[in-house]
Amino acid sequence: MAHHEHAAEHAHHDEKPAGIMRWLTTTNHKDIGTMYLVFSLAMFLIGGLMALVIRAELFQPGLQFVDPGFFNQMTTMHALVMVFGAVMPATVGLANWMIPMQIGAPDMALPRMNLFSFWLLFFAFMLLLSTLFLPGGAPAAGWTLYPPLVLQTGDAFPVAVFAVHLMGASSIMGSINVIVTIMNMRAPGMTLLKMPLFSWSWLITAYLLIAVMPVLAGGVTMLLTDHFFATSFFNPAGGGDPVLFQHIFWFFGHPEVYIMILPAFGIVSEIVQTFSRKPIFGYEAMVYAIASIAFLSFIVWAHHMFTVGMPLAGQMFFTLSTMLIAIPTGVKVFNWTATLWRGSISFEPPMLFAIAFLFLFTIGGFSGLMLAIAPADFQYHDTYFVVAHFHYVLVPGAVFAIMAAVYYWLPKWTGHMYDMKLANIHFWMSTIFVNVLFFPQHFLGLAGMPRRIPDYATQFSDWNMVSSIGAFGFGLSQLLFVYIILKAAKGGAKATAGVWEHPADFPAGLEWTVPSPAPYHTFETAPEVK
Amino acid sequence: MANSKKLLAGTTGAIVAAASLPARADWSLLNMPVGVSELSREIYGMHMLILWICVVIAIFTFGAMIYAMVKFRKSKGAVADMSMLHNTKLEIAWTIVPVFILVGMAIPSVDKLIKIEDTTGSELTIKVTGYQWFWEYEYLGTGVSFYSRLDEASNEARQLDSGLDPEAVDHYLRNVDNPMVVPTGTKIRLLLTANDVNHAWWVPDFGMKRDAIPGFINEMWISVDADKPGTYRGQCAELCGRDHGFMPIVVVAKPRAEFDAWLAGEQVKAQQASTGAATTVRVETTDGGESVRLAKAE
Repeated sequence: MAHHEHAAEHAHHDEKPAGIMRWLTTTNHKDIGTMYLVFSLAMFLIGGLMALVIRAELFQPGLQFVDPGFFNQMTTMHALVMVFGAVMPATVGLANWMIPMQIGAPDMALPRMNLFSFWLLFFAFMLLLSTLFLPGGAPAAGWTLYPPLVLQTGDAFPVAVFAVHLMGASSIMGSINVIVTIMNMRAPGMTLLKMPLFSWSWLITAYLLIAVMPVLAGGVTMLLTDHFFATSFFNPAGGGDPVLFQHIFWFFGHPEVYIMILPAFGIVSEIVQTFSRKPIFGYEAMVYAIASIAFLSFIVWAHHMFTVGMPLAGQMFFTLSTMLIAIPTGVKVFNWTATLWRGSISFEPPMLFAIAFLFLFTIGGFSGLMLAIAPADFQYHDTYFVVAHFHYVLVPGAVFAIMAAVYYWLPKWTGHMYDMKLANIHFWMSTIFVNVLFFPQHFLGLAGMPRRIPDYATQFSDWNMVSSIGAFGFGLSQLLFVYIILKAAKGGAKATAGVWEHPADFPAGLEWTVPSPAPYHTFETAPEVK
Repeated sequence: MANSKKLLAGTTGAIVAAASLPARADWSLLNMPVGVSELSREIYGMHMLILWICVVIAIFTFGAMIYAMVKFRKSKGAVADMSMLHNTKLEIAWTIVPVFILVGMAIPSVDKLIKIEDTTGSELTIKVTGYQWFWEYEYLGTGVSFYSRLDEASNEARQLDSGLDPEAVDHYLRNVDNPMVVPTGTKIRLLLTANDVNHAWWVPDFGMKRDAIPGFINEMWISVDADKPGTYRGQCAELCGRDHGFMPIVVVAKPRAEFDAWLAGEQVKAQQASTGAATTVRVETTDGGESVRLAKAE
């Protein structure tokens, strides 16, 4: 290794503008990754505040704080902000930081486009959040934007549609970047089936994004022309079909769900193997399972619409195809369990979050299987049971995996170990409160409480109160998360290159071979992978 | 601030409520109602079947995870077994076995679907129309139709900062001025549609919900057990705008003879109305639009 040349190159390339100009003009994958992650954290807090408005109103029956119209704006915006502003950008940030380092590439393949896609996303969200202050308020028809209701939105309507267009463009560019990087810039010797599972999960996610974001863009454009140019795509009075939008939306929406969870699968696989000190069980099966889930996500969409009055054959098809998803998902859960089996397990904060993911995501998987059964879904549909289900897969699922990733890679990013004690407290508070928050919602839904209502019949009071207490506890715990990250960014014990223990018979991945913090430019000379 | 005081009072209340939960908990509020019709019982049975299958799988999966976490801890001196990287037989087994479990769940569910979708042989058809934010029930072929809205007591209490205690209101948010009336022991076909935006008609005790969509007529059927007359409550289940949470559904199921008497009475009222013995009352709807309701002259 030519250490001296390397060092000289670094000294040369590390020059970057100081202050704000660095962040406005950077094309460095690490800087862009950081911007995505910081943006995502900010959106997580904003979306979380909206959730707290919802839970405060639902704390007891009667309307105490907000008007029902504003309540609907909150449910809609909470979902849009969390899905498109918090979870997706967080995984994009992780992809930016980690994919080049995992595959031994010097940067993303298309650095300028990388920066462009970040700023598109940023302005998309400035637009979307600005709708809260427009006449008529923010969109209030649910994040699913179903017509005809969504056409009753005020001035926010075209702004929100444009914001969705920008987000879609941003996601597509980000995905092209991931695919081009992985396909062309892997280090010599790193065949696809040697690639770390996080990079694998993102490769498949990127294809899903490219396939479905244009579908959403098409759907909202048709809404736009229905609203402003008198077309009748979804207007029955003009021969249109309101259910058509639901089909378009969920053809995007179901893959979208996996866009949020597949990177989480990748993260959890990496962490479980590191802290079991044993490579993932059934690596190839894990890759094929992710690919199967991605394929199935295209043929299950109408299970979100069992109550719209589909033909019997349609209901049967979507029940059966949806149940099939349980098979590759089961394979993944069994493989994670088998990775733990006869491992040498330790419980650092990333592992704690990954283990909570294994249990709680699986609970969300079970309720998902129940929802797949059309006859039972006629009761579950549009109730709090559904709310509980998708929050279990998204919060202790996707969000916990992202937190696990932050605790796993933060020392690599900052060069400092974070406060382990506080991170443990953050873990236990989050895990306890997330269950207090969402588990009772199963009961509420089964007992007959519909979702998206600002006020409820009094028999639902007790569990709503419990759920709201969980929400405030969970929300407050996240301030601790912010504090831990800031503290680690400022200083702390010096992290080693490997950060975590890497036994000799289970060598660390490439990201652990560079120093911590990772130098501004890594792998300018491609490493050799055996 | 009044709100923060309320929050404080609410928090105290919550702690008290949480402490007294076991004492006042109504365990029926933890699960789906069994309901009062053949369909609802079958749907409940389906729900319990899949729930128990999930519980059994969960016990095995979570059991294995917990065992691994206890047994294979590094702090207890566990050493990683590097030979355990994959096992084709095991992997095939845990791919194939779930297929059989899923087939076991799919067969009864398809069976129930066929039954649910069979609306033939109904004795009465009621057309249900959703509006922002109330329902209309039209007893087809009888000339009887009426609107059904949130009752006045709930409506007053549900206003922002009304100061009224919802607990003191009879069936808060689950009460209407004119309930839908149906005969027990009769297969009733519902035709569902909407006038403005999507709604969904749902009474949990009947086991079913279905969307009411403008431009579409959806079908579903209900049948209340002959020995279960009573009042059954539900509400709109599809987000339909500002007052989505305030359009309840109340169905009063009466024995056949009582229902026939009720229907005959309503038909007389309807006839009187159409011959001009009634006045037309204009009713303001919340969105500023108007709908017309027929009422008997005082």
